[in-house]
Amino acid sequence: MNKSYFEVIRPGINTTFQDLGRKNLYHIGIPFSGAMDNRNYTLANEIAGNKINSPVIEFAFQGPLMRFKGKKIYFNITGNVNFYILKKKEKIKGNCYQNYILENGDELDILSTDKSVYGYLSISGSFDIESQWNSFSTNIKANIGANDGKKIEQGQQIKIIDANYKNPKRQLDYINSKIENIRVIKGTNFNYFTEKSKKNFFNKEFKVTKLSDRMGMRLEGVKIENDVDTNIKSEGIIKGVIQVPADGNPIIMLSDHGTIGGYPKIGVVISADYDKLVQLPPGSKLKFKEIDLADAELLFKLYEMETKNLVSKIK
Amino acid sequence: MIKNISNLGDAALYCDFGIKVDKETNAKVIKYFKNIKEKKIKGVTNVTPSYNKLIISFDLKITNFTDLKKIVENLELKEFLKNKSKTIQIPICCDKKFALDLKNLEKKLKISEDKIFQKFFSKEYYCYMTGFIAGHPFLGDTDLSLRAKRLETPRVKIPKGSVGITEQFCNIYTFESPGGWNIIGNTPLNIFDKTNQLEPNLINPGDTVSFNQISLDEYKKYE
Repeated sequence: MNKSYFEVIRPGINTTFQDLGRKNLYHIGIPFSGAMDNRNYTLANEIAGNKINSPVIEFAFQGPLMRFKGKKIYFNITGNVNFYILKKKEKIKGNCYQNYILENGDELDILSTDKSVYGYLSISGSFDIESQWNSFSTNIKANIGANDGKKIEQGQQIKIIDANYKNPKRQLDYINSKIENIRVIKGTNFNYFTEKSKKNFFNKEFKVTKLSDRMGMRLEGVKIENDVDTNIKSEGIIKGVIQVPADGNPIIMLSDHGTIGGYPKIGVVISADYDKLVQLPPGSKLKFKEIDLADAELLFKLYEMETKNLVSKIK
Repeated sequence: MIKNISNLGDAALYCDFGIKVDKETNAKVIKYFKNIKEKKIKGVTNVTPSYNKLIISFDLKITNFTDLKKIVENLELKEFLKNKSKTIQIPICCDKKFALDLKNLEKKLKISEDKIFQKFFSKEYYCYMTGFIAGHPFLGDTDLSLRAKRLETPRVKIPKGSVGITEQFCNIYTFESPGGWNIIGNTPLNIFDKTNQLEPNLINPGDTVSFNQISLDEYKKYE
């Protein structure tokens, strides 16, 4: 038996297994979860030559330092990530979107995500982990998913099965672009807010605060004032919804959000801009741009085409 | 029966059943919920019922607002026979170590502790929805004399099993979570069991719940 595994020397800040997420469980209170940045998740699996819904390791800000034990494995990292491969006698600076080889005893040091939040590690093979409700995605708050619903921890071993060596050289030339404008469709409670605040919402800059994680992104800036009611009867929410509680600071619901909420919804981030939104680190400035449903649908088609185009360019 | 369907962003339908929050309205929401679930409509990724709304989210790669709206508007609704309607018994211990907001509630509601318990335990409650956190039930309606607002500053951590009341509703925190409801006790029962993949929730929308008060000694026997 060819037993190979990663030994976690340093786990990183928020390192979890993620895939495409779990469906059809909102009604019992379980969110979608899944990789935050869908495009970079997809590219990681495509470059590795995996199935499109294979679980990968997602990390935020600082990734893990891991020692590889076994014969060999190919891996790639996507996002804007600084990482090194430490071999016995050399230290190789890695490029994203490119497969590398790890041999017995080599270490992979994922130092940081550069001017972004999330990065992805995919291997040409499978992690030996358990799914729950048809998904490997880990939701640390509800303790659901792979790795007993927990973050990857120091000292643990991550076993690898079904390694394949078919696509050792695949790579893609790609640089993530950033956006400062997040396009938004008006929310179902848009009219709860004062005329001035409605204008400010689409004209003023907001700053991403440190109180942001996989559940939500808290913003600060000009206060959004409500002249109807700062509470609504609790109802379902989806990712991308922008709620404004009584303090006037918008909160954008992200992939691990609570499934029911009672704050007015001023807007919803369009699907095409979600990947770029989640990559904005604390301190980033952003502006919301109003858009209608038809344009949002068109932009999503473009987003899909761009992803397909990138996949076709992997060589 | 749906009063209005609008879009929530580009990947969800927002079905509004009117402003009333009562059993009748909620029964309509749940009827749609069950029918849509059973139809397994292509592209639908989640159906979320609440008091008087239903949110249907979908995969924009597979379907879109206009097409799905048509399907929902033309849905042939069938009746679902209620599963043998059973009342779920939930034991609660209201020892002061659990009843974090009891003293405040006496002040807020201007009634005695005994009266609060008497009013609370003498009713049966209807489950309007589950969610927010996994398995967390929203139950109603509480007696008119028990209706208090949420805490001004929500707690960062509410212990698992806590039973809270606010407005016309009560709830049970299925695991430690932030929250702003007035906590009057704690149940030793596991309301959400993630190892039970088919029926993780002890309480589901449409169920009836009744609470019985237990002593601290009885509570400890469950542990």
